[in-house]
Amino acid sequence: MFAQQLVNGLVVGSTYALFALGFTLMFGVLGVINLTYGFYLSVGAFLALFATQHGVSIWLALPLAALASGCVAVLIDGLLLTPLRRAKAPELASLMVTLGATLLLYSLANAALSTDIRRFPPGVIDANALEIAGIRITMTQCLIIAAAGIIVSVLLWVMNGARIGLGLRALAERPDAAALMGVNAGALVRLVSLASGTLAGASGVLIGLNYNAIQPYMGEVMMLKGFAVIILGGLGDIRGALVAGLVVGMLETLTAGYVASSWKDAVGFVLLVLTLWIRPSGLFGRLAVKRA
Amino acid sequence: MITRRFALAAASLAAMVYAGAAAAQTPVTIGAIEILTGPNNKYGVAIKNGFDLALEEVNKAGGVLGAPLAIAYEDSAGNKDQALNAARQLIGGKKVPLILGPTLSNEMFAVGPIAVERKIPIVGTSTTANGITAIGPYVFRTSLPESDVVPVTLRTAKEKLGVKKVAVMYGNDDAFTKSGYDVMKAAIEKLGLETVTTETFGGKDTDFSAQLTKIKSLNPDAIVVSALVEAGAGILLAKKALGIPDSVRVIGGNGLNSPQVPLVAREAADGTLVGSPWFIDKPDAANQKFVADYKAKYNMDPDQFAAQAYDTLFIVAQAIKDAGAPNAEKIRDALGKVKHNGVMGPFSFTPDRDPADTSGVVVIEMKGGKFQILK
Repeated sequence: MFAQQLVNGLVVGSTYALFALGFTLMFGVLGVINLTYGFYLSVGAFLALFATQHGVSIWLALPLAALASGCVAVLIDGLLLTPLRRAKAPELASLMVTLGATLLLYSLANAALSTDIRRFPPGVIDANALEIAGIRITMTQCLIIAAAGIIVSVLLWVMNGARIGLGLRALAERPDAAALMGVNAGALVRLVSLASGTLAGASGVLIGLNYNAIQPYMGEVMMLKGFAVIILGGLGDIRGALVAGLVVGMLETLTAGYVASSWKDAVGFVLLVLTLWIRPSGLFGRLAVKRA
Repeated sequence: MITRRFALAAASLAAMVYAGAAAAQTPVTIGAIEILTGPNNKYGVAIKNGFDLALEEVNKAGGVLGAPLAIAYEDSAGNKDQALNAARQLIGGKKVPLILGPTLSNEMFAVGPIAVERKIPIVGTSTTANGITAIGPYVFRTSLPESDVVPVTLRTAKEKLGVKKVAVMYGNDDAFTKSGYDVMKAAIEKLGLETVTTETFGGKDTDFSAQLTKIKSLNPDAIVVSALVEAGAGILLAKKALGIPDSVRVIGGNGLNSPQVPLVAREAADGTLVGSPWFIDKPDAANQKFVADYKAKYNMDPDQFAAQAYDTLFIVAQAIKDAGAPNAEKIRDALGKVKHNGVMGPFSFTPDRDPADTSGVVVIEMKGGKFQILK
């Protein structure tokens, strides 16, 4: 039972990490808390749902839906936040704008799609669980764990190893100076929006596959946990998002399994409060220190 | 000339006599407040369909008190204030001696006190919350509350499937699922079943693997679940993914009695057990006739709400006949004594104006995406 609970925790933790990665990237580079982020998760899940309903294979639907969610993110960022950036509006303004936009987007999605739960058509992915030494895990769950690992590796490599990462870090550090040094700020902003929207969309598809429940508000449900995870990991920290996601998921599962399931939801938020008390910059947070 | 004037007078006299006869035929009008528009209107419309179908039969059989029975409908749109205005309009304007509805329990909590104050009997057909009839001595309901259905489900599981040890799961952040759990807990104790563990979850949770892994290790005979559709379907899916055997049934409350559950959980939903005050495939003749007539008239299957409304209208018509006059006070006294055998089974009111008989409850199980009667 313990081994199974560890696997359960690993899956839940990877889900949180996947969701938090794009969120923390958006914050880390663009410096805005973009509350519409959760919406891109719902967009990804629904696009993949519609595609698979029309016979598209999930292996094609997953990247396409994720990229399309990224494009939606670029569009919304361009409409709402670029004007604010140009006007050098305070951070609070962007928070309020994205809050309003979130309410509007969810209401529209709700009106168009209704809150009925939907699921992927049968057989889009092998739903049977593998059983290894008494531990059961499904194909989707393996995919979630692998995706979290791979995405973190790629992001870390891009940020630290690639030339474009240098530009991104410069942009995060000081947008004006970066622009003066020849960094194409506008293009990089769009790139970051695209990347985080794509990550949100991909995690939406994977979460939808794993829990078999797709509905417009699914992104909203993840947002609170997402906040806890990125604050624990350090705002803007990619490695932190992965580690914090796994820590929260694992602790939640073990609490439900061995303490009491009614305390499960408290875990993430206790960690959140403790982090803010003891180490406000999070487990690995450096950017946040700079910002403070 | 004289003959012509005479003919005119005779004609107008005849017209007056005819009008007099029609006056004797003035229908006895009762009021109904239901959700006929807006997001929850499927409940109100099903109820109205049930009333109208029964009304046709009552009037075909001669109506009540020598006159046809009629229903004045008011739309509440699911809004408490609108329901309240509708009640004032029906009582003050149309002077109805009885009100059917409203659709939702929280509408009844708003409207009930007005009916009690004005001494007009009000009969809820779909209001299952606790404390409805405690509003006052004029508030009746014909729908079985969950607290009457769940014990029948659990008793049947114990008797027919030999369930002895159960694990319990419930949503602890929702009044409906929590009160469902309270009912389950009481019934489990009363039946002498052993509870191996009680686990909770949040209504918006999607991951239930931790709780179910623990439950799996404790080997219960069944898992008793108080959840709404979303969480309930998630639990069924996780149960299957974790390899909990199909022989371990999920026993649900009203929340799992929904066609949405198999749409989401598919084959993982098979074996789910719920109790229902009414079921479309109930084999008795009265029910078969109701289902056939309903399909013929509305071109769709009736649901539980339509069935409850259908029975209720016969109960109310009987009470008006027994009262001997369309008088609110007399109808109220007569209602308490009505005995009716309808599509829901035998019916009478308790002294507290709740349904007295649970023998109509059917325990149904999911098989191949459809509920059927547990054999």
